Amino acid sequence: MSRAPRMNRRAFLASAAAAGGALALGFDIPLGPRTIRASESASEITVWIVIEPDDTVIIRVAKSEMGQGSFTALPMLVAEELECDWNKVKAEFASPHENRKRNRAWGNMSTGASRSITASQNDLRRAGATARELLIAAAAAAWNVPAKECIAANSVITHGPSGRTTTFGSVAAEAADMAPPAQIRLKDPKDWKLIGTRQRRLDVPDKVTGKPIYAIDVHLPGMLYAAIVQCPVFRGTLRSVDEAELAGMKGIRRVVKLPDAVAVVADSWWRAKKAAEALSVTWDFAGHAGVSSDTIREQLHAGLSAGDARVGRNDGDVDRALGQAVKRIEADYEVPFLGHATMEPQNCTAHVTPDRVEIWAPTQDGETALAIAADAAGVSADKVVVNKMMLGCGFGRRGIFQDFVRQAVLIAKEVSEPVKLVWTREEDTRHGFYRPVASARMTAGLDADGIPIAWKIRTSGQSIIAAVSPRVMQFGVDRNFLQGLLEDMPYHVPNYRVDFAMRNTHVPVGVWRSVNHSQNAFFKESFVDEMAYAAGADPYLFRRTLLAQKPKELAVLDAAAARAEWGSSLPPGVFRGIALHDSQSSICAQVVEASVDEDGEVRVHRVISAIDAGHVVNPLSVEMQTESAIVFGLTATLYGEITIKHGQVEQSNFHDYPMLRLADMPRVETVIVPSEGFWGGAGETPVPPLAPALCNAIFAATGKRIRSLPLKNHDLRSA
Amino acid sequence: MTRLTVNGQAHDIDVDSDTPLLWALRDTLGLMGTKFGCGIAQCGACTVHVDGQPVRACALPVGAVGDKHITTIEGLGSDDALHPVQRAWVELDVPQCGYCQSGMIMAVAALLQDNPSPTDADINAAITNICRCGSYQRIRAAIHAAASQRVSGIKTP
Repeated sequence: MSRAPRMNRRAFLASAAAAGGALALGFDIPLGPRTIRASESASEITVWIVIEPDDTVIIRVAKSEMGQGSFTALPMLVAEELECDWNKVKAEFASPHENRKRNRAWGNMSTGASRSITASQNDLRRAGATARELLIAAAAAAWNVPAKECIAANSVITHGPSGRTTTFGSVAAEAADMAPPAQIRLKDPKDWKLIGTRQRRLDVPDKVTGKPIYAIDVHLPGMLYAAIVQCPVFRGTLRSVDEAELAGMKGIRRVVKLPDAVAVVADSWWRAKKAAEALSVTWDFAGHAGVSSDTIREQLHAGLSAGDARVGRNDGDVDRALGQAVKRIEADYEVPFLGHATMEPQNCTAHVTPDRVEIWAPTQDGETALAIAADAAGVSADKVVVNKMMLGCGFGRRGIFQDFVRQAVLIAKEVSEPVKLVWTREEDTRHGFYRPVASARMTAGLDADGIPIAWKIRTSGQSIIAAVSPRVMQFGVDRNFLQGLLEDMPYHVPNYRVDFAMRNTHVPVGVWRSVNHSQNAFFKESFVDEMAYAAGADPYLFRRTLLAQKPKELAVLDAAAARAEWGSSLPPGVFRGIALHDSQSSICAQVVEASVDEDGEVRVHRVISAIDAGHVVNPLSVEMQTESAIVFGLTATLYGEITIKHGQVEQSNFHDYPMLRLADMPRVETVIVPSEGFWGGAGETPVPPLAPALCNAIFAATGKRIRSLPLKNHDLRSA
Repeated sequence: MTRLTVNGQAHDIDVDSDTPLLWALRDTLGLMGTKFGCGIAQCGACTVHVDGQPVRACALPVGAVGDKHITTIEGLGSDDALHPVQRAWVELDVPQCGYCQSGMIMAVAALLQDNPSPTDADINAAITNICRCGSYQRIRAAIHAAASQRVSGIKTP
C-alpha cells in the first residue's frame, strides 16, 4: 500500500530473489505457481504491483489459493483501478518472510472465513489507483504536460490534447521512483469494467499440465523423506519405540521421536512409510481410551437439559409466550464430527541449517506457518523463509494449527538434508481438527393463525473457541458456536431465546468450510420446516411471512423459488425442499429437487442456489464456488461422519469416509441476486443451506423428518 | 535395477520392486504431475496410462509393470500443444484447487480413446475419481466438449 515504507525497488527484487534460498544455489525448484521472477529491469510500484518493460504486470497475492479463486479475483481488484490490460497480468504470492521484513505491507495473510475479497478489496483497489496515478505522472513528466490531461486505459497512457501515447512498461521505472499521490479516489462501482465480468482463472494452465505447484511436489537435490505415525488416541503421548523390526530395512536414515508421534526418515517415502508402519510403538493414552461416539452423544444430550447453558440472545419472554401458544412443537437434532479430507494430504518440506530454516508448506496462513517453524526450530523469526505453495484443498484444515509444519521442522532438525514429510491418507483421516459435534433442542409455540410467537433453542456441543482462543469468549459464551442463531437469525419471532451448553471432548476440533453455520443451518432450517407443516403452511410462503422485515433475504429466497418454479409440478417421485441461511456477510437460499427410491436411496437431481454476496468480482468464481460448496455440503449430508471408538477415529480412508463422485452430482444452477453497497463472501455461504434443503425435500417425499446426519444412517425405505 | 518406459523414454531405476509406480514416478523420476491422494486406488489422483489403459499408480508395484509403456500427465500433451482433454479443461475452467485434475484428465483421455462419444451413463461408470472441490459439473461438460471436438468457442455450463 501507499502507506508502506518505500524502498529501492532493485534492492527489494534482489532480496526477494535471495529469499528464494535454493534459487541462490542454482536448484530448480518450484516457487509456488509457475515461477515468476521479475527481471532486474522490472519496477515495483506499490508493494502489490511489478511492471516489466514489456508491459507484463505481476500482481502479488497475499492470500492463499486453495481452489477458491483468490489468485484471480484479487488481481482483478488491482487491475480494475490500475487500468492495465488484463491479458498482460500474471499473479504471484507475496512471501510471508518479506511481509514480516516489510512491516506487514501485505497485511494479514490468513486465508479463511470467505474473507479474502472483503478484507483486502480496499487496499487492493487503492494500490491499483495509486500505481495508475504514478504511471500517469511519470508519462506527464516525460512529456512535460499536466498529469490531468492524461488518461490510462488498457496499459496505455494517452495525452488527450496531443494524442501522444506511451505504455505502462515504458514509464514504469520512472513511476516507481515518484512519490505516491496524497489523495486517491476510487472508481464509482458503476464505472467498473473488469470487476463483475467473468474471467478465466489464472491458475488453470499449470493445473491441467501437472506442474509441480503444490508443497507435496517439492523436489530438492539430496532430499530425504519422512513418514509419521501419530498416537491413535487424541491427547495421548509416545512412551517407547522398538526399532528391532527396522533391522535389515534399506535406506532408513533416522527414527525421530516426537511427544505424540514417531517419524522415520529414509531415502524414499515408500521406505519411510513401510518402516514407520513396522515400528512397534507403545503409547500412553492419557485416560482417553474409553471415549466413544456413544459416550459423547450422552454428554451432549445431557447438555440439552443442563442448567449451565449461557444465553446468546434473548428477546421478549419466551417461556411465557410458550405458555400462551395454541400449538407447541419440540424436536431434538444432532450432527457428528466431520473431517476435511483435503485431496492433498498434510505435508511439509523443511530444511534446517545452523543459520536458516526454510519450509515449503500447503498453508492457509503463511505468517502462522513462519511463527510455528521458528518456534519448532528454536530460532528467531528472521531466520525463517516460508514458500507458500498452491493448496490441494484447504477447507480450514491448514490455517490455525499447521501441525504438519511443526512436525516437519522438528524432524528436519535431526538431519542436515531437506526432509519432506508426507502423511498417509489414514493418518490424515485420523488426525484432523474436526468440525465439532453439536446437538440442539428446538421448542416453538404457534398462535391460532399458525404464526410462531415463541422459539427457544438450546444447543449443546464442542467449542472451537475454547480450544483456539478462550479469551474470545464473551461472558463465558462461545458466540461462534451460535453462528446464524444470534443477530444473524433472519426470521422474526417476537419471543426468542438461544443458549449454549458447552460440552468439550478430547477430540481436537477446528474450523471447517462454513464452521458452525453448517450445524446451525441444519437445525434452524429443518425446524422452520417443521413449524411450517405444524402451521399447515407452504414452507416457502411460511418463510416469507417471517422475513417481512428482511428485504434482502426475501429477495434471495424469492429468486431461488422463482428459478425453481416453486409449486409447479415435478416428475413423479421428485420433491422439493427449501432453505435460507445468512453467513460470511452474504445470503443464500437453495431449492433442492430430490427423490427417494423403494430401497431408500436418496437421489439429488437439481439444486438451485441463489446468493446475494454484494459486489461480485468474478461471477465465474461465484458459480464455481457454489458448485463446490454444494458438493461439500451434499457429501457431508449423505455420508459424512467421523466416529470415535476406544478414543480413536474409526474411519481411515475414502472407502469408509466416502466422498461424492461424479455419478451422484446433481445439476447445480447458480443465481446471483443483483445487489450492491456491500462486500460479502461466497466460498462458504452455499454450504449451510444444502443439508436442510435436502432433508426438507426428503420429508416432502417420505414424510420422514431427518433430525440427525448423515443420511446413510437412516432407513428411508417406504414402509 | 528396474527398467521403466515413461513418456517414451526408458529409465533404469534403483527402487525396491514393491514400490508403487506412483512413488517411482514422483520421487525417483521427479515427475510430480501424478498425485498421491489415498494409496489404496480409491481416489484416482494417481491415474496414469499403462499401455494406454487407465491405472491407479499408487497400487501398482513397479515390479509388475514389466516392459509396458507408461504415460503420465507430463507426456499427454505439452504446454504448446495441449491434449484435447486439457484444452476442454481450460475452455470450461474445470480446475479449482486442481490437485485431482491430472488423474481426472488421464482417466478421461483413456475413456475417450476407448469410447469417443460417451453418454452420461458411460461417463458415470468410467470416471470414478474423487474431486473434493466438486468440479464434477464442469468435468462432465468438458468431457462432452472434448468428445465432440467442440473445444473452441464452447459455452461454459
